[in-house]
Amino acid sequence: MTTLSRNMSDTGTMFRRVLKHMQRNFGVTILPALFTPILMLVMMLNIFGNSVEDSGNLGSASYINYLTPGLILITAIYGVSGAAIRANTDMTQGIINRFRTMSIARISVLTGHVIGNVIITMLSISVILVLAVLTGFRPVMQADTLLAAFGLTLLMVIAVSWLAVAIGVSSKSPEGATGFLYIIYTVPFLSTAFVPAASMTPILAWFAENQPFSPMIDTLRALLTGGDDGARGLMAVGWCVVLTLVGYIWARLAYNRSSNV
Amino acid sequence: MMIMVKGLRKAFRKHVVLDGIDLNVPQGSIFALLGPNGAGKTTTVQILSTLIRADAGQVQIAGHDLNKEAEAVRAVIGVTGQFSAVDNVLTGEENMMLMANLRQLQPKEGRRRTADLLQRFELTDAANKPASTYSGGMRRKLDLAMSLIGNPQLIFLDEPTTGLDPRSRKMLWDSIRTLASSGITILLTTQYLDEADRLADRVAVLDKGKLVVEGTPNELKRRMPGGHVQLEFADLPTLKQAAQLFDIAWDTHSDSADAHTLKVALTDTITSLRTILERLDMAAITITGLAVQTPTLDDVFLAYTAQSN
Repeated sequence: MTTLSRNMSDTGTMFRRVLKHMQRNFGVTILPALFTPILMLVMMLNIFGNSVEDSGNLGSASYINYLTPGLILITAIYGVSGAAIRANTDMTQGIINRFRTMSIARISVLTGHVIGNVIITMLSISVILVLAVLTGFRPVMQADTLLAAFGLTLLMVIAVSWLAVAIGVSSKSPEGATGFLYIIYTVPFLSTAFVPAASMTPILAWFAENQPFSPMIDTLRALLTGGDDGARGLMAVGWCVVLTLVGYIWARLAYNRSSNV
Repeated sequence: MMIMVKGLRKAFRKHVVLDGIDLNVPQGSIFALLGPNGAGKTTTVQILSTLIRADAGQVQIAGHDLNKEAEAVRAVIGVTGQFSAVDNVLTGEENMMLMANLRQLQPKEGRRRTADLLQRFELTDAANKPASTYSGGMRRKLDLAMSLIGNPQLIFLDEPTTGLDPRSRKMLWDSIRTLASSGITILLTTQYLDEADRLADRVAVLDKGKLVVEGTPNELKRRMPGGHVQLEFADLPTLKQAAQLFDIAWDTHSDSADAHTLKVALTDTITSLRTILERLDMAAITITGLAVQTPTLDDVFLAYTAQSN
């Protein structure tokens, strides 16, 4: 058997294992991913919606159209806790030592978690999108931009999934992993997800403009609702690739390091 | 030889765990690595099962060099560790199938072997329950069954019965014996002497990172002085008489107890026992009781690990 087909076969096995884990702990799997974005949708729309629209920073756009692309990223980010904790549980319980003493494609343990998380997160995002449409979200129905939006969303989800697995693998306990995740959870709040940078104080605006998630959200917003993406499309894809690489390398290093105690 | 180890060394920072170990484990045998906590047993298993790297030394497993052909080694071994390595969320059967798939067995063959092994380890009834609901003994058996699904030539058992109740221990011992009789080589570590005594063809005592003695359980016992005989007398004067005869300073404390007993060392069980009885007879000393204690692996263990302390 070639290395590649071996790798694919083991990754498939590990993915099916992760799928069973997700099924059996369905509440833990899907609720955190959905709860926060739904809360945001309701809260932001009812509490801040009018004042943001009144401020004139959005031009003629409705707030739900402004908010939804940000919610897609929020869903991706809040969905990772399950993957991080599952990866951490694998590392801290005996099963990982069994995998390590077997002749298998080692990375498949991690890839299985990533694929599992990507699929469950894309599902969560679909649910959020349906809710957004029900509350008034109206994307531009144009095949090429919708396809591009889907592609970018997938890249974003892959990036945060690798970061989540890296956090899970490098933490000593599930509690440690959760603590680390809180840092990631706060980053979208300091982005252009909820309000345009123009309405922020200068320091915050500078951070919001330059942090990795803002170009992704801005590009997604331009693709879904039309308008100017500030030529940030390349930057968005670039950040996705960089974060994926960082997550992948970090996860691999942590995985290999812990094996050579 | 299934395992050949020469000059194995490992230190964690400045703490030396293995200080030059040589081991030879013949194919199809049960080899027990015996030692107190912290002697280096688990580290040895971790190195031999490719989990961690040694600092120095040569290891060959089933003819493969451990450092250069780790994947080939992994393909022929099975490992059941001190802390069971099962997936708690999956059922017993799913755990088995996970291993079958990772071992690249055909689905049909995987299912057949899974059913076989679950039956052999009396886990068929629990096959569809999550492993998290299993008792300690069941988990250990599932763990062992998972190690066996890939038809390994060599199994590492790191303290397989630690923490198990006596009944589960006995059942696991039976399974281990059955495995060995089917030709699988077994390297097991244990702190229990009776376990090594009952199971192992050869025993090596590991203490502070060094092998202090190695041999069959009987060889090791034979190397010990021949145990002792405990003589019991009707009263104190007779006891004193006997003590004088054997030139033993008898323990006054033993006299304060009800029994008037005297321990006499045996250099070799049968002949010296006869001599003792003859001498007692000639001196017209009657004994009311007698108990012979042959050396146990305990004596061996204590004697050899005490030397280095």
